Amino acid sequence: MENVLEVKDLVVRYDTDDGIVRAINGISFSIGRERTLGLVGETGAGKTTTALSILNLVPDPPGVISSGSIILDGKEILEMGEKELEHMRGNDVAMIFQDPMTALNPVITVGEQIAESVMLHEKLTKEKAMERAKEMLELVGISGSRAYDYPHQLSGGMKQRVVIAIALACHPSLLIADEPTTALDVTIQAQVLALIKELIDNNHMSMLMITHDLGVVAEVCDDVAVMYAGRIVEIGTADEVFNHTLHPYTEGLFDSLPNLRQRGEELIPIKGLMPDPMHLPEGCSFSPRCPYATEECHRALPELKLVNGTHYVACGRYADPSFRIRRNPDGK
Amino acid sequence: MENNVILEVKHLTKYFDTPKGKLHAVDDVSFSINRGETLGIVGESGCGKSTTGRTILKLIEPTSGQIIFNGTDITKYSERQMRKLRTDMQIIFQDPFSSLDPRQNIMQLISEPIREHHICKSKEEVQKRTLELMDIVGLARRFVNSYPHELDGGRRQRIGIARALSVNPKLIVCDEPVSALDVSIQAQILNLLKQLQRDIGLTYIFITHDLSVVRYFSDDIAVMYLGQMVEKSPSDKLFEKPMHPYTRALLSAIPLPIVGKEKPVRQLIRGEVTSPVNLPDRCRFLPRCSECLENCPNAKTPELIEVEPKHFVACHIYDC
Repeated sequence: MENVLEVKDLVVRYDTDDGIVRAINGISFSIGRERTLGLVGETGAGKTTTALSILNLVPDPPGVISSGSIILDGKEILEMGEKELEHMRGNDVAMIFQDPMTALNPVITVGEQIAESVMLHEKLTKEKAMERAKEMLELVGISGSRAYDYPHQLSGGMKQRVVIAIALACHPSLLIADEPTTALDVTIQAQVLALIKELIDNNHMSMLMITHDLGVVAEVCDDVAVMYAGRIVEIGTADEVFNHTLHPYTEGLFDSLPNLRQRGEELIPIKGLMPDPMHLPEGCSFSPRCPYATEECHRALPELKLVNGTHYVACGRYADPSFRIRRNPDGK
Repeated sequence: MENNVILEVKHLTKYFDTPKGKLHAVDDVSFSINRGETLGIVGESGCGKSTTGRTILKLIEPTSGQIIFNGTDITKYSERQMRKLRTDMQIIFQDPFSSLDPRQNIMQLISEPIREHHICKSKEEVQKRTLELMDIVGLARRFVNSYPHELDGGRRQRIGIARALSVNPKLIVCDEPVSALDVSIQAQILNLLKQLQRDIGLTYIFITHDLSVVRYFSDDIAVMYLGQMVEKSPSDKLFEKPMHPYTRALLSAIPLPIVGKEKPVRQLIRGEVTSPVNLPDRCRFLPRCSECLENCPNAKTPELIEVEPKHFVACHIYDC
């Protein structure tokens, strides 16, 4: 199967005055055509840095993409010049950010902001571009007559719809959505997720969905990658990762969630905290918090290994063929 | 049974005057909470849940209604009278980043309410109590001289909890206490709050937009929409048999972390919350309701009625 995006052995660090922040430590993944990959993890796992790397937008300094390759539609992004990059952003990849309030310009009408991004990438007159902007607004469920409104006149959910309209204005083949619904109320979140899903399907696009919310992943993603301390610890189809979980950290994330179906007595949190990316522990980064960790785990860094089908896990304990985590006693 | 009630709120109302008219933040809300129990108040942005919490503590003066704490009507209490009561009623805020003075260290932050309310007699006692509180909320004593910016969100929220506990309160209003935290840390804080309730019999008002958290935590749940309470019932009942169309939509909107099997079909709620300014006397959920009756547009605001034992709903579907 042909892939829209292929990331290989990506390493990104931030050189700060206090030391070197190891944000991404060798990650590889790919996104197939018309597939949606969910990138899950907690604050500081490296999700957003991954997204910025794909657009080659990691702030430099202090950010340094020190090695790896990112191939989009067959072209290496890390070797592109500024001109090529500018053409790529918007035309081939577009990004939606978490906070629609800060992504929009407060002193320009939303119609003009959509038209602006259309004109940057296509040769259209201002009138034609404004026409397109209104069409785009209708497409995301806002009446075209609101094209002359300023962002502050719209609700949070509508602003996020405008941001989606801007992102899709040039028909990119890949959409990166970084926590697109985190700032929204649940009923609005449900509407916006349904909208994103519909637009992705209708336009035959691929998506990288970055989120901390496993519920959102289950809702929209075909494949899932779980990140921890700048590494992918588990990756596979949504069915594989949710129903045949392998990594102890993924299990910990599921256990931390209050179960909506049942009023449990005690949640099972993951003990301790995410390691400081300036001082990553030796061996497996999760080992200090892992209930299954052995001496070996604190020494050796586990590699991402294929277990079944398309399901990979980076956990040293699976060297023992009889090792199982509680959530998945069959190990399949 | 009567003296088991720690807090009773009757017809609580708070309007704000805005240039555009009267903003109905809280509209005729009534409930009571038993000692040692938790009432969850859920709803989306702007439904009045935080204003309700703050009005109960009189951080905001109510427009009308009654707040009865421990059998005493405190609605008309002056600031000075409230000051004494503050040791009984505390609040934990959502954002541990902005609710702590960045220039005070942990010792100063946690001991501030103790000193302020003269709870301990000597300096040594204050120090001893502060360290004790750090143990209770699970903050390692080595952080005693640290400043908030040196700590992560979970630890900062533990400081907020320690501050609230420092005056031995009976009631704590928790306003979105875990919303700013990662899930693994969220679970740690929720467990801590529950542990404290078991150990010292605290009563909580738990304000949140997150229904899964509220079910885990609450004995009773009240659902608010545009300033009004639209449904109230014991926690499990609300989830098993939600009655108000808004509660149903809210429950169905939560994305469940389930793939494939047993996934319920989602019913999308249309439109967005309307403006809370100058509301007409009719059902406020009407413009978004998918189950409304023919007569709903003409009928007055539905009242909260007990449809099943302990299960209250404000909806015309049930009042005829």
